Amino acid sequence: MINSKYFFQGFKSIKGLDSPALALGASFIAIGALLKNIGFNLEQSIFSTFLTYALPGSLVMAESFLVGASLINIFLAVWLVNTRLYPMTVSLMPLLLHKSQPRWKYYLSCHFIAVSAWLIMKNKYQSIEKEHRIDFWIGIGTGTWSIAIVSTIIGFLASDYLSKDMMIGLAIVNPVYFTCMMVGAMKSLQINLSIILGAILGPAFFFITPEWSILFGGALAGTIAYFVGELK
Amino acid sequence: MSEMSSNIILVILVTSFATYLSRFLGVVSSEKIKETSKIFKWFNCIAYSVLAALIARMVVFPAGELAESAIFIRLFVVVVSVVMYLFTKRNLVYPTVASAIILAILNNYLSI
Repeated sequence: MINSKYFFQGFKSIKGLDSPALALGASFIAIGALLKNIGFNLEQSIFSTFLTYALPGSLVMAESFLVGASLINIFLAVWLVNTRLYPMTVSLMPLLLHKSQPRWKYYLSCHFIAVSAWLIMKNKYQSIEKEHRIDFWIGIGTGTWSIAIVSTIIGFLASDYLSKDMMIGLAIVNPVYFTCMMVGAMKSLQINLSIILGAILGPAFFFITPEWSILFGGALAGTIAYFVGELK
Repeated sequence: MSEMSSNIILVILVTSFATYLSRFLGVVSSEKIKETSKIFKWFNCIAYSVLAALIARMVVFPAGELAESAIFIRLFVVVVSVVMYLFTKRNLVYPTVASAIILAILNNYLSI
């Protein structure tokens, strides 16, 4: 059903010097501590990471829950902040599709699409034959997802011992890891421009519309980069 | 089950559904998109630029604990980390560990 050779090859991406384990661990430890502080119990915190597994969405959920937002408002806020997962999925899944593979693998494993697993897969897919990419991807996804769940538990249990300085330190690890991964991904004019323009326009649009800044700034930056790259 | 905890379960389910929706629709669209097509290339650019926008926003306009550090300290830490990454043959462990330590130290001694 799932080819274990490729699954474990993908799973092993969480080891080594380019491992996302530290960054994922740091941010989900922070999430575990945050969920405890807003009144979730351990089972609920695990359940949350297990089912959601997307950092910005969990943060928005926590903020909305704290201010007593309605379920509809929580839905809209989370959906908005996680819409970025749509272009991420569309730019990953066609690389993994193979007619010999059953469809349920794609619909289940899209749950693993999050920045860390996505960046790893985008870096490595060319080294795997297309037929086996989905199993490799399920391996990466299972590995990164497991780290997130275990870290949520650690964060929940350790929350009383985490000082303010430690929490601030944990919070920078994730953006630093992603920034380095993005710098590592800069290999073509279109991608380089997408990343540089996105990093400028995202914060710039924050002054106009904070909620939509990432989507508007990102979509505009990506579209400019696409056309500049095509004209070249 | 108390009202509070059933409410938390609902919040988690709604959050998960709102998150899975974009992933699910992405797979549905992917069935019709070839990796060599122009639309795939365009989505690829948008995916990278939206991520860059998200990461830049986490650094420039952070939410939560990170907001309690000064922006010039955060930018300094990110630049130092990227330089470290490039000079250590793309090792990701050194810059990520160092960034947490440098930020915690600077934030203590240079806080405004």
